[in-house]
Amino acid sequence: MNTTLSRSIQTIVLALIVVGLIALALGGYLTPISRVALNPLIQFQTWVSTRYHAVQNILSAPQDTARLRQRNAELEAEVSRLQAQIIELQQQLGETHILSALVEFARANPTNRYQAAAVIARDPSPFLNYVIINRGSDDGIRRGMPVVTQQGLVGRVAAVTAGAARVQLITDPGSVINVRLGASQVDAILSGQLTGEITLDMIPQDAVVQAGDLVLTSGLGGGFPPNILIGQVTGIRSRDQDIFQRATVQTVVDFSQLEIVLVITNFNPVDIGPLIPTSSAP
Amino acid sequence: MATLIAFPLLGFLTILQTTVVSQIPLLHGTADLLLLVILAWALQKRVKTAWHWCIIGALMVTLISALPFGITLMGYILATGLALSLRQRLWQVPVLAMFLLTLLGTLVTHAIDLVGLRLMGTIIPFTDALNLVTLPSALLNLLLAVPIFALIGDLANWMYPEEIEV
Repeated sequence: MNTTLSRSIQTIVLALIVVGLIALALGGYLTPISRVALNPLIQFQTWVSTRYHAVQNILSAPQDTARLRQRNAELEAEVSRLQAQIIELQQQLGETHILSALVEFARANPTNRYQAAAVIARDPSPFLNYVIINRGSDDGIRRGMPVVTQQGLVGRVAAVTAGAARVQLITDPGSVINVRLGASQVDAILSGQLTGEITLDMIPQDAVVQAGDLVLTSGLGGGFPPNILIGQVTGIRSRDQDIFQRATVQTVVDFSQLEIVLVITNFNPVDIGPLIPTSSAP
Repeated sequence: MATLIAFPLLGFLTILQTTVVSQIPLLHGTADLLLLVILAWALQKRVKTAWHWCIIGALMVTLISALPFGITLMGYILATGLALSLRQRLWQVPVLAMFLLTLLGTLVTHAIDLVGLRLMGTIIPFTDALNLVTLPSALLNLLLAVPIFALIGDLANWMYPEEIEV
């Protein structure tokens, strides 16, 4: 009897304790205690888990590394191949853009016949602005033929071999071209400079020249066909004591990026040298 | 053999000069690979073909450049003459001689180019030429002088091995 009673009391006490603990837990009063009790457990669990994974990695590593290295090499090769392909396509795209612009230019100027050529070298002398193109007399190129791009005048053929030609750029210090200012129809002389700039000279004092005026070939002298765009006037120097005005010109062609040019093959330059009077002539 | 090897080597350098080096200017000056190689070759102790290399180099440049053969040849001949004269005086410090020659060679060749162009009717202002072309070119040449001297030294040692007395 006593034993039964004492067991019942123990059960009730245990039930009360459990209910009390549950109530305390639900009320949040056991959180600090549980945190203190669980933290070491969690840390221990983390430590065991980390070691387990490390051991697992070590055991499975040789096979994975070999496979991953192989895969990595394959992917690197693929990336290299694709990068090379991208560069090649970009080059082709650039050339296509240039060529399509040149074709449009040729269509817009149907009176001229053109021979496209690639710029393959520059003159080794830093004092000269010449380029070498990969078309020569075998392709119908002759000395004196004008060279242009879709933007404007580049220069003229100065020397020709069977498979290549040397082109004197309009920026060369020895280049002199007869030009006309678009707005005022004034004739002037355009000459290159060592610095790669070009200047206009022999502009009459009474001519009205403004920045932004277009500079075109005049055709005088027979060296170039008329009306090929060269550039724009950027600055004028006019002094009362000078006979002529001078001006600086910004070229429309970017000579540092010259890749493909067009040679006008149906233009025959006229040599007016014998007509120029010399001091020894009567 | 040393003369024969000059043709492919200087030919290759001419191509490199016109396609790459001429497109990398400092202001408006560019390095002159052929001049440097000719000078470095002339400075090597046992080399006996300095004049051959000088003429072949001038020929190679003339094939491409708009400068007349005589002007290029005269510049290279003077530079080679200076190199051979310095080789006898500064034989113990060849690198110093190379630096000195690079500077003098650049000045001499550019001066002759300028005079030649003036005679042909192209007048280039002297100060512009000096400031924008010659001094930057000299700097670029000086930067390339040591590696080219070392490479040409190796080539000369291979072509003319040192004789050992037994």
